[in-house]
Amino acid sequence: MDIGLSHYLTVAAIMFTLGVAGIILNRKNIIIILMSVELILLSVNINLVSFSHFLGDLTGQVFSLFILTVAAAEAAIGLAILVTYFRNRGSIAVEDINMMKG
Amino acid sequence: MYIAIVFLPLLGFLIAGIFGRFLGARPSEIITTSLLFVSALLSWITFVQSGLGHQALSVPMLGHWIVSGALRIDWALRIDSLTSVMLVVVTSVSSLVHLYSIGYMHEDPSRQRFFAYLSLFTFAMLMLVTADNLVQMFFGWEGVGLASYLLIGFWYEKPSACAAAIKAFVVNRVGDFGFALGIFLVFVLTGSVSFASIFAAAPGLAHKAIHIFGMDVDAMTITCLLLFMGAMGKSAQFLLHTWLPDAMEGPTPVSALIHAATMVTAGVFMVARLSPLFEQAPDALAFVTVVGGTTAFFAATVGLVQNDIKRVIAYSTCSQLGYMFVALGIGGYSLGVFHLFTHAFFKALLFLGAGSVIHAMHHEQDMRNMGGLRTKIPLTFWMMTIGTLALTGFPFTAGYYSKDAIIEASYAAALHNVSAGYGFVMTVIAAGLTSFYSWRLVFMTFFGKSADHGHAHHDAHHDHAHSHEHHHEPHESPLVMLIPLMLLSIGALVAGYVFEGHFVGHEFDEFWKGAIGLSKDNHLLHEMHEIPSYIGYVPTVMMVGGFIVSYLMYIVYPGSAHNLAKANPLLYKFLLNKWYFDELYHFIFVRPALYIGRVFWKKGDGALIDGLGPDGISARVLDVSRRAVILQSGYVYHYAFAMLVGVALIITYYLVGGVH
Repeated sequence: MDIGLSHYLTVAAIMFTLGVAGIILNRKNIIIILMSVELILLSVNINLVSFSHFLGDLTGQVFSLFILTVAAAEAAIGLAILVTYFRNRGSIAVEDINMMKG
Repeated sequence: MYIAIVFLPLLGFLIAGIFGRFLGARPSEIITTSLLFVSALLSWITFVQSGLGHQALSVPMLGHWIVSGALRIDWALRIDSLTSVMLVVVTSVSSLVHLYSIGYMHEDPSRQRFFAYLSLFTFAMLMLVTADNLVQMFFGWEGVGLASYLLIGFWYEKPSACAAAIKAFVVNRVGDFGFALGIFLVFVLTGSVSFASIFAAAPGLAHKAIHIFGMDVDAMTITCLLLFMGAMGKSAQFLLHTWLPDAMEGPTPVSALIHAATMVTAGVFMVARLSPLFEQAPDALAFVTVVGGTTAFFAATVGLVQNDIKRVIAYSTCSQLGYMFVALGIGGYSLGVFHLFTHAFFKALLFLGAGSVIHAMHHEQDMRNMGGLRTKIPLTFWMMTIGTLALTGFPFTAGYYSKDAIIEASYAAALHNVSAGYGFVMTVIAAGLTSFYSWRLVFMTFFGKSADHGHAHHDAHHDHAHSHEHHHEPHESPLVMLIPLMLLSIGALVAGYVFEGHFVGHEFDEFWKGAIGLSKDNHLLHEMHEIPSYIGYVPTVMMVGGFIVSYLMYIVYPGSAHNLAKANPLLYKFLLNKWYFDELYHFIFVRPALYIGRVFWKKGDGALIDGLGPDGISARVLDVSRRAVILQSGYVYHYAFAMLVGVALIITYYLVGGVH
């Protein structure tokens, strides 16, 4: 079976959907939300790399490297915020984080 | 000089009213009282000049008030005989009442306010009597109404005083409504409100018809009836009388000044002043006679059974005002003014005497708790007796001349006037009743066995300024209260004898000098001397009869009055409850008014205006925001979901519609 562009896109779409579902349906842990965000970014990366490969243009792969860098920085910042939050509140359960409630 | 008479009390009011707080009570009293005495002195000079002298009419202009198209209203003082009579009455009684109040109110904490109000009243009353046009008269008319309101409610911490003050004000508004309409009508008819032009135009307006209230009526009749409506309110005539007895909630000097001697006679003065108009409206005059006669009789019957010493005198005032209106109604304007003049002396004397009794009894007003005071307060007793003699018309006292003249004149007028006959019968009966209740007052208060004094005075009556260390024995009043009594008693004795010739006798024309306008066929003052001589004795007989019955019931057979009341419980209740007028008015006017007011308040203002207006809008904002709050849960995943949905929608839009 020849593996074409559509297969890559399908995998990326499934990963994207899983990431979104993880954000919305997850009720337990805020770290899972961060992981879901990473998942979404990775699915986008897969899209970029696969398009880059099939269109013969390297720009997409360069972009994906940039995105990986930014994602790493974002994960670091996110985890740092999370640690501070845990120190202040003693909990990182999603249920407990609703101080913005109007 | 005329300006000083009118404006000195205003000066006193301003000083005592604005600076009384800094001056203290005693200087305020002295300033207002001495200004009033100066004013009274100048008034007597005016009286001698323009009444007894030859100065006919003087109208000093003070300035323009309103100039608008054809309507010109000036501030001016009209000084003629009629005004000078009123000036003397008002300033004399007022200055004596000021003096008396220094003694009577000496325990009150807010005397500055009291004296300021008294002076304000005097100023307004002087504006009324010196008015040169109807609008200026209306200014004074409302001014005395205001002062009356303030003084009835002087002890404003008493709910009954506040209620009485409001009642007086509201009932007077009914009359003033008619008065104002009358002024409008006069302006429509004559194009002016100044007395000189109205009186000049009046004869030409007789029998002229006018279309008003959807019907054609005689112009002068309807005008005079409307004007008289104002007089009925101010002078507490039948149907609009209910406020006067309640007005006795005010301090006693106020009752003497406002609700006996001066303000309530404003209606009489107004009709006399407008006599050229009323002369053109015989139907209106007949109405005046009937109302006056009914009041004289009605108030006298109610006075028979009242137990509050001030209320007896209040109903007596009401009744005597009825006499004056009978006199006016039959065309004897000078008779009415004469009775006004003499009545001011003896009724102020009676009220101030009653105040002296109340003072002696430590603010006890119920006559059933009095008795045997004759030996304890002999001077007050003699003064009250003089006042009673004058009121009942004992020969050669003031009332004998003025009241008997009214009765004789009404008999003379009855020969060609049915309403005057009614007035005659009513006034004769009322004369007997007057004698009875006046002597009943004297007997219950000063004779009989001494009641247990001073036991009840702490319960309700205005004893707020009283301390408990009062000795309870009745005591004679201080000299500052007795001097006004003595001066007034001199007036009550001789005012009739001295001035009869001027007011109603041979020197009529020289005295009035046209201040009272009579039509050509008004010969009442001559006719009243041609009646059978026995008519002249009728009032005296009634007076003696009333005295004898009263003497029998309260001195010879004490307790018979009680038995009589028991034997006729229905009649007694009917009289004691003042013919149930208060209850009737309460049912007809007060309750519906309260009901309508409540509907407007709850439904109109509360539900409709507030509901749709401020309250409604704020409630809707709350509703919307309450829904908006639900969206803002604070959970991150909810916001993420909302973003996702948004992104999905935008993408869908561009996918379906394409990028333009």
